[in-house]
Amino acid sequence: MLGSRPGQRGRPGQRRNSPALTAVMTLMLIYTLLPLAWLLISSTKNTPSLFSSFGLWFGNGFHLWSNISEVFSYQNGIYLQWFGNTALYAFAGAGGSALIATLGGYSLAKYKFKGRKLLFAIVLGAISVPGTALAVPTYLLFAKWGLINTPWAVIIPSLCSPFGLYLMRVYSIDAIPDSLLEASRIDGAGELRTLRTIAMRLLAPGFVTVLLFSLVATWNNYFLPLVVLSNPRWYPLTVGLASIDAGSTGPSGGIAREVYPLVITGSLLAIIPLVVCFLFLQRFWQSGLAVGSVKQ
Amino acid sequence: MAVGNAVVDDAAVGDRPSGARRRRGGVTGRQGGVTRHNRVGYALFLPFLAVFVVTIVAPLVYAIYLSLYRDQMIGGNVFSGLANYTQALGDSLFLSGLSRVGLFLVVQVPVMLILAMLIALAIDSGRLAGAKIFRIGVFIPYAVPGVVATLMWGYLVGRQFGLAGSISADLGIGLPNFLSSGWMLATIGNVTTWEFTGYNMLIFYAALRAIPVELYEAAEVDGAGEFRKAWSIKVPALRRALVLATTFSIIGSFQLFNEPSIMQQLAPGVVSTNYTPNLYAYNLAFNGQEYNYAAAVAVVLGVVTVVLAYVVQLWTARRERVL
Repeated sequence: MLGSRPGQRGRPGQRRNSPALTAVMTLMLIYTLLPLAWLLISSTKNTPSLFSSFGLWFGNGFHLWSNISEVFSYQNGIYLQWFGNTALYAFAGAGGSALIATLGGYSLAKYKFKGRKLLFAIVLGAISVPGTALAVPTYLLFAKWGLINTPWAVIIPSLCSPFGLYLMRVYSIDAIPDSLLEASRIDGAGELRTLRTIAMRLLAPGFVTVLLFSLVATWNNYFLPLVVLSNPRWYPLTVGLASIDAGSTGPSGGIAREVYPLVITGSLLAIIPLVVCFLFLQRFWQSGLAVGSVKQ
Repeated sequence: MAVGNAVVDDAAVGDRPSGARRRRGGVTGRQGGVTRHNRVGYALFLPFLAVFVVTIVAPLVYAIYLSLYRDQMIGGNVFSGLANYTQALGDSLFLSGLSRVGLFLVVQVPVMLILAMLIALAIDSGRLAGAKIFRIGVFIPYAVPGVVATLMWGYLVGRQFGLAGSISADLGIGLPNFLSSGWMLATIGNVTTWEFTGYNMLIFYAALRAIPVELYEAAEVDGAGEFRKAWSIKVPALRRALVLATTFSIIGSFQLFNEPSIMQQLAPGVVSTNYTPNLYAYNLAFNGQEYNYAAAVAVVLGVVTVVLAYVVQLWTARRERVL
């Protein structure tokens, strides 16, 4: 699957570059990168400079470091706490869901147990169940179970990824030849040993892909933590940043202008880890989506 | 051979009506050891089943249960049948939110998907200098949380210190107030387009890369030009990806919450508490404590979403269905 599709070995007839096409696409690139450039530039400004200088150029002085230290000292360093919470939710939730989806997808693809088609159909149907419909009952159920305002309230719901299961099932069918499993069984290897030594290795690229997309889903999650958490101590970055911003426009509409550099710099720091992840793991997200859109 | 076929059949399970071409006989009548293997299969699926039941089935059943009751001043929780549903279907606050996301759906989703498709075709064409940079650059907003994207765009197009403010003040060009009620839906549409065009582009791009080279070679032998190749080979290859992207976009549009909820802070008074159905359900439950009614609204919203997602599936040829 990865890098081995015939289509990737060079397209027919290397054609000349089209300047017009490149120009149009550059406009598109400007559109996608402009807000990020604005964020980066704005994070170097203090409040007066933010309000007085042109949006896309640097203002008076370079205040990035003082902005960063202000972010980290805001309310006794609660930003760092939010950062840690986000990392915890992302790694526990995404890691757990990718592992669970991989085991489930592999079992659906390679074992012929009864009822698996029905189970798979139900899970596929669940992809289109909007998270919204689940938020209120999830909150009430978790309240009954005493999970509200604990990390579990965010982690448990992120453990289920129907789309991850779908991807891993398709990926398993593709990546693990049945003959290999048969051979391993004939050699007397137990099922779990086969899973560990053969299947997991072949499934690793698919696993990383699902992990990456689950990581985005959990890192960027806002709705669920907003519903199940009310103690700022457990907020992830998204809810925390929104709460600083909400504080900036008071109930009477009075605006605390000092808060803007805080939100801007805090936002910049919040997006760096995932952007870096995507830049370094390109191979995985690019091939991973192919599984979902091409294969049946 | 039988095993191989079973896998192939299995792979297409989503595309076929249940009952068609099923071969149950093969499952039980195979050599020894199968039962033991199958037990391992169940065991491996069990963790998923457990989280699925806890995080999706249980809340869904509970939502339906809640929606059938009413919390009354006298008598407490009382079974009320479909009363919450009839109330929701006649609730102008809910319906106006629903029509707003409907409008959003028919405008923003086509714009985003056509844009994504054109970019995918451009990157795949091989006529673009630095194609890799474009691919990453267009995709990278996907890694930015919706909350941050909305704050960023909200500040950017806001009058106070954003770019729109700078242009209006410094360059003397009169720009409209993008955070006013007339522009708000378009502004939110811009944020979601910015966030998800790259993601959809990748879905299309992946589909294009999967086209066998032989197909292009055959077309070239037949004397097909670039546009002919794009139209006759590439566009048909994108159909299935389009179904997938459309389905996810419908689900996403009806769940619209993060962007309007943050915009509510940036432009108080412009985004109402019932701006989107999801925002309405949230406010009913957590600001109004009307859990039962909120559950009914959420279930109606869920049903509308699922029905629309399936309508998209029905429109398309069977082999291209994704659900």
